[in-house]
Amino acid sequence: MTMINTFDRRDIETRFPELIHRTRWQRFGAPLVIIGTLLYVLYAVWFFNLPKMVHEAHWERFSIYLLQWVSYDVQPQFRVKDNGTIDIRYPRFSVLGDDPKQPAWIKTEADGSYSVDMAGGVHIGRTETVVNAHGTSLTIRTSGTAPAVVGAAPSWVSASADNVQVDLGLSGWLSIDANRVKVVKRFFGWPNFIFDSTSPFFGKSTGEVVSLLVSGDRIDPSQSNLSLAFDNFWNNMTWQHGDVWTKLFQTIVMAFLGTLLGAVVGFPLAFLAARNITPNRLLNSVLKRFFDFMRSVDMLIWGLFLTRAFGPGPLSGSGAIFLMEVGSLGKLYAEALENIDNKPREGIRSVGASPIAIQRYGVLPQVMPVFAGQTLYQWESNIRGATIIGAIGAGGIGLKIWEAMRTNDNWQNVAYMVVLLLIVVYVFDMISNKLRSAIVGEKMI
Amino acid sequence: MSVAHTETVLKEATHEIVDAWDRTTSKRRLYTIIGLVLIGIGFIGSVQYADEANAGHFFERLPHLFDFLQWLIPNDWNDVWRALFGRPSPLANGSEAYDFASGRVYIWGDFYIPEYFELMITTLNIAIFSTIFGFLIAVPLAFMSARNITPSPAIRFGARRVCEFLRAFPELVFAGLFAAVLSAGPVPAIAAILLHTIGALGKLFYEIIENIDMKPDEGVRSVGGTRLERIRFAALPQVLPNLISYGLLRLEINVRASTIIGAVGGGGIGEELRLAIARGFGAKTLALLLLLFLTIIAVDQLSAWLRKKLVGEHQFLLAH
Repeated sequence: MTMINTFDRRDIETRFPELIHRTRWQRFGAPLVIIGTLLYVLYAVWFFNLPKMVHEAHWERFSIYLLQWVSYDVQPQFRVKDNGTIDIRYPRFSVLGDDPKQPAWIKTEADGSYSVDMAGGVHIGRTETVVNAHGTSLTIRTSGTAPAVVGAAPSWVSASADNVQVDLGLSGWLSIDANRVKVVKRFFGWPNFIFDSTSPFFGKSTGEVVSLLVSGDRIDPSQSNLSLAFDNFWNNMTWQHGDVWTKLFQTIVMAFLGTLLGAVVGFPLAFLAARNITPNRLLNSVLKRFFDFMRSVDMLIWGLFLTRAFGPGPLSGSGAIFLMEVGSLGKLYAEALENIDNKPREGIRSVGASPIAIQRYGVLPQVMPVFAGQTLYQWESNIRGATIIGAIGAGGIGLKIWEAMRTNDNWQNVAYMVVLLLIVVYVFDMISNKLRSAIVGEKMI
Repeated sequence: MSVAHTETVLKEATHEIVDAWDRTTSKRRLYTIIGLVLIGIGFIGSVQYADEANAGHFFERLPHLFDFLQWLIPNDWNDVWRALFGRPSPLANGSEAYDFASGRVYIWGDFYIPEYFELMITTLNIAIFSTIFGFLIAVPLAFMSARNITPSPAIRFGARRVCEFLRAFPELVFAGLFAAVLSAGPVPAIAAILLHTIGALGKLFYEIIENIDMKPDEGVRSVGGTRLERIRFAALPQVLPNLISYGLLRLEINVRASTIIGAVGGGGIGEELRLAIARGFGAKTLALLLLLFLTIIAVDQLSAWLRKKLVGEHQFLLAH
């Protein structure tokens, strides 16, 4: 930047002395705050033992779990039997169903061995497994009592006494024993999203399903194919669409009900709490402390108590949101009421209107847009809040997400629910912005 | 013009005005009634739905609403203080309900911090630490999102989407994901609240920054200031008080959030409170509620006082 000379500086000094001669707080305040913050951060780093936590964290799990959000494995096991043939088995609950046909990516060779379409190609024979990956070809002999890597084992192979693990990166991995090869092949996408493997529609192409729905014979004589298909979709065992959507709906209802009830109860109380509307200091401050109390006790504590009183479910969640919202909305409404312009009220009072009419025509038109805007904002943010208190048993999708995460192998369902929640939050954000700008007329922060 | 003629003209004009007024008010009234009816239907439907979906039903459980007061009342009122300060209870019988002294954290010789104070400090530290870091990351992100500071639409787009995503993403999932990576405890809670704070503050901040007066910026630019100098000397002095007060407001929210995340497995006072309520430990619950309530009030009051000093009377939304 351009520098100023001494004369300019003197000139500025005489015109704006407060800029040059500043108080101690102005001079040292900012550095003190910064030093204080730094000291606090050092203390917190020590308090939480952060370096150790970060060092011991299993960061590799992060990418594994995130990968599981959008991918799944199929795990065929190739077992060499005593008579020399190889059979394929799948673990229970495989995405291919209980008794699957041989998928196209496993080919039976003329001599009874198998080729798996994975990485550069995996060939599983009676006495050896050949892996083409990472630009080389590796042979693992399985004829002895333990699997043995032929030649030097590369870094992507780890061998122990009776097992060889082959890491094939994104396409999966192999676990090789003396007479058993376990293949874990990774696919991207969400498997069986519409029909699970128990459904009669499972494994059929879109065209086949559509023709069955439109003109096919009844699969189940007691109901039409369309209702059967819907039933199968709704009760899909892997994705539990029905349950997820019901719980999501519960979360929205909880937020709606809690916020609406809070608004209905907070509205009259705010008129009594506003200094300029009700000239009774004692009542004003009692009500304001009451609002503070309801707000400070917080959704969590109300939720914990109500789940004990009413049992887990959306009723308890709505109640918790309602009790907190009485405090929040009451406080916000009262503040809005205290900031109104007095002139319309005086005008209406001067023509001899009743007290109710004064509020109705002198106060309400001024505050209604603010009230509506803030209520919509609270509703929207309560949808997010309701998700969290759901996890303590107060109803809604929170508990379902939390349980899916707890098991650590259900990250696809977590991803599904997160996507649904994100959509809901965005849609409500949009609706409430639209409504707010329609009511308030301009953008509010 | 004759008087009679003027009168008829006036009469017609009045008539028209009254008609127009009636039309608008009846239209507005209709909209209001439709809106209220819709809300009413939604309300009744929701109440019934929530009641049906709940484990216990409202009217069936209503007589038992205050049952919890029975277990909440401790056998000995002094136990509340003993639980709070980690003193041994005379009722101690080896059960968890009365093991007040077992969780003490000894600092120096016989000097100890009672268990609940230690837990409260953990919860507070989670909130403060993640607010500080969230603030420090949100400020540059907000400057990158502001139209008047960052000319590049690509950077702006990216920064805004990051904010929106972090804000909308459920904190619960962040907490669970980090709990899987970092093992359970307070650090996943920090990560979850920190990420959400970045999004929430970033979005608020860039709206504030976009509303600044651009004259100081032109002044700094006219003497050849770089972008950093423009931000430092023109934009920041205008917005800093506002940013800090929203940061303080966020601290209030984060104290509550860290309690809740704690209750679902993030450690701190939330978990202890959930267990105490679930198992019906009256004295412990009361002690925890008292401590939590006083802390929240203290944080709120301190933050309100600081905000008043920074920006005067200003309406804030109590956003999550």
